[in-house]
Amino acid sequence: MEEYIVFNDVHFSRGQKKIFKGIDLVVPKGKTTAIMGPSGTGKTTLLKLIGGILMPEQGTVLVDGQSVGKLGHDDLFALRKSMGMLFQSSALLTDESVYENVAYPLREHTKLPESMLRDLVSMKLEAVGLRGAIDMMPSELSGGMARRVALARAIALDPGLIMYDEPFTGLDPITMSTVVTLIKKLNDALGISSLMVSHDVAETLSIADYCHIISDGKVVVSGTPDELQHSDSEWVQQFLQGRPDGPAPFHYPAAPIAEDLGVKHG
Amino acid sequence: MVNLLANVGVWWLEILQRVGRGFLFFIRILTGLPALLTRPRLLIKELYSVGVLSLTIILVSGLFVGMVLGLQFFMTLSRFGAESALSVTVNLTLLRELGPVVTALLFAGRAGSALTAEIGLMKTTEQLSGIEMMAIDPVHRIIAPRFLAAVIAMPLLAVMFSVVGILSAWLIGAGLLGVDSGSFWAQMQASVDWYNDALNGIYKSIVFGIVVAWIAVFEGYDAIPTSEGVGRATTRTVVNGSLAVLGLDFILTSIMFGGI
Repeated sequence: MEEYIVFNDVHFSRGQKKIFKGIDLVVPKGKTTAIMGPSGTGKTTLLKLIGGILMPEQGTVLVDGQSVGKLGHDDLFALRKSMGMLFQSSALLTDESVYENVAYPLREHTKLPESMLRDLVSMKLEAVGLRGAIDMMPSELSGGMARRVALARAIALDPGLIMYDEPFTGLDPITMSTVVTLIKKLNDALGISSLMVSHDVAETLSIADYCHIISDGKVVVSGTPDELQHSDSEWVQQFLQGRPDGPAPFHYPAAPIAEDLGVKHG
Repeated sequence: MVNLLANVGVWWLEILQRVGRGFLFFIRILTGLPALLTRPRLLIKELYSVGVLSLTIILVSGLFVGMVLGLQFFMTLSRFGAESALSVTVNLTLLRELGPVVTALLFAGRAGSALTAEIGLMKTTEQLSGIEMMAIDPVHRIIAPRFLAAVIAMPLLAVMFSVVGILSAWLIGAGLLGVDSGSFWAQMQASVDWYNDALNGIYKSIVFGIVVAWIAVFEGYDAIPTSEGVGRATTRTVVNGSLAVLGLDFILTSIMFGGI
């Protein structure tokens, strides 16, 4: 199994809050890898560390053999051209049409004539089933459509890696299954490495070849979807089955309620 | 006492850190300007947004400010029988001071706040991160055209403000108050110097344009990506932009006209 992304003892904080406390994980080449974990565990931060938008305080993030933190401006931008990212919010440019959004990276990085740009954009939109929406504005799209346009934009430069940030969040069941199928088809057709961050367990496990579950700044467990589902860990089972209470407590740590309410004992 | 000193220290350090970030950001913007020469479309779009869309407020304000100046100066000057000096006072006031300053204040409120809110919201909705992940520098692609458009628009708007102000003062003076029309324009020709008065006013508005545009785009880019953060950044643009204009106006006036 060839390694594509390697996290070595990565530490990262936001203000006083420690997000990663020495995280180690590997994303294999040509496979679909999922990163799962409760909200607020730094899953999106992990993607931003890979893209070099954020830099680790300690440790290294290797992408295709290059240490992201040590790359100069030009090398980092060259590396980013080989990545596509689908943001949770879609991150479409709201003042540009669907066509302009998908053409954006092509326009910036190539000198293709307008007619060829139009053809390429049409092909990318056809792949996500939205060729008919080419002249619409982002404000006219539903959440699912916006995400599919963002996906077309993410694959515009034919990247070697696509990162999906919560691709299923906030979608209705039909749209969600459309996006699941689409991601699966694109991964198979393009043969690229995919890294998916999500907490939608069923959908993610149905696509992923390999999973890492992170919590409290560390990787809790790694393995294939099958291995995870048969894990002995109570915490993993609570997460996968979505039980409200268990090793991960329902209550955020707090002083006893009697103390807060001013009730005296005895 | 120690806590108080520590807090003051932290406060100063934060301000210095922010100023430092602002200067580095300014340098990044400047490095992105040459690329705009090959892509004028980006600049034209922003010129429309910050310049053309600010025209209404600038022209209407110029109209009323000119009318009020015409009235006030006429009333004061007529007490000394110096109504003929109306043209000189109105022209110099508008070209040297009110044109550049009021335009800059209105621009900070109209276009500056809009720039901050737009960039701040682009940050909040991850559009800037999205651009960065496409291997495109958002400072060069998004910020630099907006900055340059604001710097170009400011002196043009200031000139239009002054012209409308002078015309409306003439309208009030010559049309309603009985000042001789020919004398109004002759006084203007005789007393207003192109280099000392008009050009210095334009220089002022270029400086104001750079400062207001810099504050506006930096506040947007540096905003905390929440609705409250963007709201605060927008307020800071208007407050800091206006104060910077007024402070700089004193310094520039001292240098240009005060002999300091």
